[in-house]
Amino acid sequence: MIKNKIKMNEQSPKERTTNFKEVALGYTKQQAIEEAKRCLQCDSPKCVSACPVEIDIPKFIQQLTNNQFKAAYNTIEQDNILPSICGRVCPQEKQCEGACVLNAKFDSVSIGALEHFIGDFALKENYSPSHKITPVHHKIAIVGSGPAGLSNATTLTKLGYDVTIYEALHRFGGVLNYGIPEFRLPNDIINQEINKVKALNVKFEKNVVIGKSITIDQLFTDHDYKAVFIGSGAGLPRRLNIKGENYGGVLYANEFLTRVNLMDAANFPTTKTPIKTGDDVAVVGGGNVAMDAARTAKRLGAKNIFIIYRRDETSLPARVEEIKHAKEEGIEFRLTLNPVAFNGENYRVSTVVCQKMRLGEKDASGRRRPLPTDTYKTFKIDTCIIAIGQRPNPILSRANDQLKTDEYGRVVVNNHETSIPNVFAGGDIVSGAATVIHAMGAGKKAAYAMDQKIKSS
Amino acid sequence: MYKIVSKTTLNNTTDKMEIYAPFVAKNAKPGHFIILRVDKAGERIPLTITEHTDETVTIIYQKLGYTTSQLGQKIVGDTVEDFVGPLGQEVEIKEASTLLAVAGGVGAAPLYPQLQAYHAQGTKVDLVIGAKQQRYLILLDDYKSICNKVYVCTDDGSQGTKGFVTDFLKQHLKNHTYDHSIAIGPLIMMKHVVSLHKTFNLSTDVSLNPIMIDGTGMCGNCRVSIGDKTYFACIDGPDFPGEKINFDELISRQSFYTEEEHMCQLEELVSNDKK
Ligand SMILES: Cc1cc2nc3c(=O)[nH]c(=O)nc-3n(C[C@H](O)[C@H](O)[C@H](O)COP(=O)(O)OP(=O)(O)OC[C@H]3O[C@@H](n4cnc5c(N)ncnc54)[C@H](O)[C@@H]3O)c2cc1C
Ligand SMILES: Cc1cc2nc3c(=O)[nH]c(=O)nc-3n(C[C@H](O)[C@H](O)[C@H](O)COP(=O)(O)OP(=O)(O)OC[C@H]3O[C@@H](n4cnc5c(N)ncnc54)[C@H](O)[C@@H]3O)c2cc1C
Ligand code: FES
Repeated sequence: MIKNKIKMNEQSPKERTTNFKEVALGYTKQQAIEEAKRCLQCDSPKCVSACPVEIDIPKFIQQLTNNQFKAAYNTIEQDNILPSICGRVCPQEKQCEGACVLNAKFDSVSIGALEHFIGDFALKENYSPSHKITPVHHKIAIVGSGPAGLSNATTLTKLGYDVTIYEALHRFGGVLNYGIPEFRLPNDIINQEINKVKALNVKFEKNVVIGKSITIDQLFTDHDYKAVFIGSGAGLPRRLNIKGENYGGVLYANEFLTRVNLMDAANFPTTKTPIKTGDDVAVVGGGNVAMDAARTAKRLGAKNIFIIYRRDETSLPARVEEIKHAKEEGIEFRLTLNPVAFNGENYRVSTVVCQKMRLGEKDASGRRRPLPTDTYKTFKIDTCIIAIGQRPNPILSRANDQLKTDEYGRVVVNNHETSIPNVFAGGDIVSGAATVIHAMGAGKKAAYAMDQKIKSS
Repeated sequence: MYKIVSKTTLNNTTDKMEIYAPFVAKNAKPGHFIILRVDKAGERIPLTITEHTDETVTIIYQKLGYTTSQLGQKIVGDTVEDFVGPLGQEVEIKEASTLLAVAGGVGAAPLYPQLQAYHAQGTKVDLVIGAKQQRYLILLDDYKSICNKVYVCTDDGSQGTKGFVTDFLKQHLKNHTYDHSIAIGPLIMMKHVVSLHKTFNLSTDVSLNPIMIDGTGMCGNCRVSIGDKTYFACIDGPDFPGEKINFDELISRQSFYTEEEHMCQLEELVSNDKK
């Protein structure tokens, strides 16, 4: 057996920071098969239970080693309709790959890379999901076209329902579309994966804000839906709540990434939405969003980009690969620092003041708690991008008092059903900002709960 | 795609356009706005809903920059790529037996549905409407039919009183009192109107027009400081009590992309030249 995993080809850091093309180039067929052969085919595989949607990982890997690509795709697609996407963006080191027994001595099997390979192979070969649909003629409305909505839609369609997804924006995919940059997840891949969902006869309506364009009540009374699924995500940026946060040049990662991903601002003025970073860019936060923002700024031509994070390096919540890629691209990490004020003239930012932190005892998250010290540092900046998290989108709960939320604005559910009968919810709107695969898992489980409720009433 | 069903030219810089958009029309209320994108490369821009039927929505826009000019080139039967709404909070129509309304430039458009609602509840409305020149005044006849009095101000004196609305108001408020006021127009006008009205103890609601992208509370581009709090104009507004708004900050934020907007128009000129 080969001890080390087969490395995926990538664009070199020098080359890739001048373009928005995907960094990871994917396995070749040869590489995929060779990597697949590293799997020990454990009798009681730990990877499966570590996967939030419990894909039968050893089975698809076995099929892959046997050159059965279509079968391997169908094995994955049973549990995960978006393999090309999840293969690219799941935090595998904390899930399937983290549980792989090979980890004890060697590298784990690169399950994510294999999923990525099979997903792309299926898109290229135009494999379709396997399903026998017996129509049940009930209409379901889904709010939001992110991973939660997409997975809820496919599951319900396979169960025979007539499903429509309503999306507030002009493009589908939720965060996949407006948040995660092209160099990690190309739009083309998202569109192709969504086309697979469309091919199952799921209807997609863009530019419809549920709660505004159509209220939840109207979905039932005027449009005859039997049940509703809310997958409206965690779209609301979290604020630092410090002086100068509303100055020009200080923006939330959502705005920055939306300008580039949804509005294609990198091609301004051919496209009409502008963006500018200046030379010196601070990014506050240590998660995937912060890495995405920093690396996007790099590609837009910023010269000095640094991450400001209040804990130490081992606590960075971003995927390991994103941190590695960011470093290779020259992103600097200024750690154990916490921004306390922005300064500037005429409401334009020019410096950020940070308080030096020290690390105390472990907190509930298992990481050492950052504690303030008396030392401050000031950095000159042209732009600051704040990426310290997202809170649940408030549009629906504000439009409907019946919809119960908790103190963090998360929709409260009981067996996936909200406080409004026949209205279900899942994904970031219920869990708070989490991951693509958790949102998909929630969408799928909610679909079964919806099916049960409809069938029993 | 959303079809343009009628279009009227109000003056050489301002058009009125009715668009087929039943999902937007159904729940539209005064204070609501839409966001549109003219084509696939386009920017998302917000415009107020001035009127609506069961299936159509009317907007009035001033051809200020690239996107509004591009929209101005569309004719009846053409379509726009995206059109979403109704967005924002429905405006609160306050109890008032007398109301002073102040409109500046194209601000006369978003003000209209609000004054209609005040008129409908029996409030006596006086309007002060200002523009650079006579030819930029819009909706005068519509306003005359719902207002008690309409006072016109133009910067060059081509119609009504010469000068800014605030010059007129300084005199007018000495011998007129009102329960409440609304001002909609350029930020700088709203700032000065609010501060003048404060000296007369007159409360003023304003409608803010920061730069927006999604209009769903997701990006934070539209944020505004009011007192020591931050609000997102797209989901918390766009109408707010004017007294505690940090207008200077908002003016700075609104002009953040001025150079780029200019570039956009240049690009357009160049490509028109080539044609
Ligand atoms: C920049 C960034 C990078 C990330 N990187 C990763 C990563 O590498 N790996 C990972 O696993 N996770 C990552 N995440 C997290 C992941 O993307 C989310 O957890 C996931 O997308 C949540 O899915 P969702 O379907 O619940 O919501 P979303 O993806 O947020 O989708 C919700 C959709 O609902 C729409 N909507 C909201 N309200 C309404 C309404 N009233 N009517 C109609 N439509 C509405 C929104 O416009 C949106 O399109 C990242 C997040 C961000 C922001
Ligand atoms: C809630 C709201 C309601 C509005 N209602 C109306 C209306 O009824 N009629 C009307 O004529 N105008 C209205 N506006 C203003 C209108 O959106 C801008 O004039 C328009 O975006 C200009 O775009 P442009 O490309 O033609 O001009 P640009 O050359 O791009 O810009 C001209 C001016 O518009 C501002 N602007 C640019 N892009 C945006 C954007 N995406 N969002 C907001 N402002 C922007 C700029 O800061 C600049 O001051 C409203 C704005 C808001 C926020
Ligand atoms: S326009 Fe994006 S949050 Fe208001």
